[in-house]
Amino acid sequence: MDFESARLIGAGLAAIGVGTAAIGVGIVFGSFLESALRNPAAADGQQGRLFIGFAAAELLGLIAFTIAILLLFVVQPA
Amino acid sequence: MAAAEGKIDPMHQFMIEPLFGQRLMVGGYDLSFTNSALWMVLTLGLVWLFMLGGMKRELVPGRWQAAVEGVTGFISGMMNTNIGPEGKKYTPYVFSLFMFILIANLLGLLPIGIIPGLHAFTVTSQFTITGVLAILSFSIVLIVGFRRHGFHFFSLFIPHGTPKGMIPLIAPIEFISFMVRPFSLGLRLFVAMIAGHILMKVFGSFIITGINGGIGYSLLVSLPSLALIVGISALELLVSAIQAYVFALLTSLYLNDAINLH
Repeated sequence: MDFESARLIGAGLAAIGVGTAAIGVGIVFGSFLESALRNPAAADGQQGRLFIGFAAAELLGLIAFTIAILLLFVVQPA
Repeated sequence: MAAAEGKIDPMHQFMIEPLFGQRLMVGGYDLSFTNSALWMVLTLGLVWLFMLGGMKRELVPGRWQAAVEGVTGFISGMMNTNIGPEGKKYTPYVFSLFMFILIANLLGLLPIGIIPGLHAFTVTSQFTITGVLAILSFSIVLIVGFRRHGFHFFSLFIPHGTPKGMIPLIAPIEFISFMVRPFSLGLRLFVAMIAGHILMKVFGSFIITGINGGIGYSLLVSLPSLALIVGISALELLVSAIQAYVFALLTSLYLNDAINLH
């Protein structure tokens, strides 16, 4: 396999990580909504924690995106 | 924007260029006034204007003052729930951080590119900017932590109630997760901004190439792309606000660690 195709395949594989982060963000907001509907009075107090969980889940997807960008624009043939 | 061969380069929008043609070299350093600097000045000016309208301190707030008080109340409420009364001292810093990031994100989304020769530049899409903001937050955490607790600050790495045998295992993990904070703080904002802007540029180039391809391609490609780009723009407005909020929230949480330990 030549360098260019290996690089593009690697970038495409890294994009899978962005999709899995989407699952994570969905779980965070989904569970929040689920429990917020059970006890709406307590929901407002937990908004900070909601966004902490969102930020943690999102960061991992963004790192995957960074890897893809690095492969596409920074990595050069040796 | 349009590079050679008629293709649109989605990365070109992140180029930092000197505004007035030539570079200003001082002692081997490039100090020219760039488009990045211009948009930072614009951001600062807008924040200043926004605050100016809210500083009248009328007893019955007008519309503008109500808006400013809404934002300040939001941030000071966040500091109060996360840190407690001790956090009041750091509210101005977190508020400036929040406003700067929010306004910079929103300014970068302005569609002024339709006027020829003008390009919106997102200040927060550069890791140099977000990284410096993150290092600023991190150094404030370190300074506050060491000043308040001295070397006792290192007990941050050993959570309460850790069994003696687990300490050699837990402490390095806590240490790594502490040291990674400035990196993750800066990276999150920068990548979120850069990803959204690349996405919009890519769909924008779809529209242009579709129109160039004739009426059939216009209907098949350009129209759905236009619909998508409208949706993505709305999403980007949301992301701008969320990222500014997350940056401020995480800074306040890290400050809470430094002030109250845990």
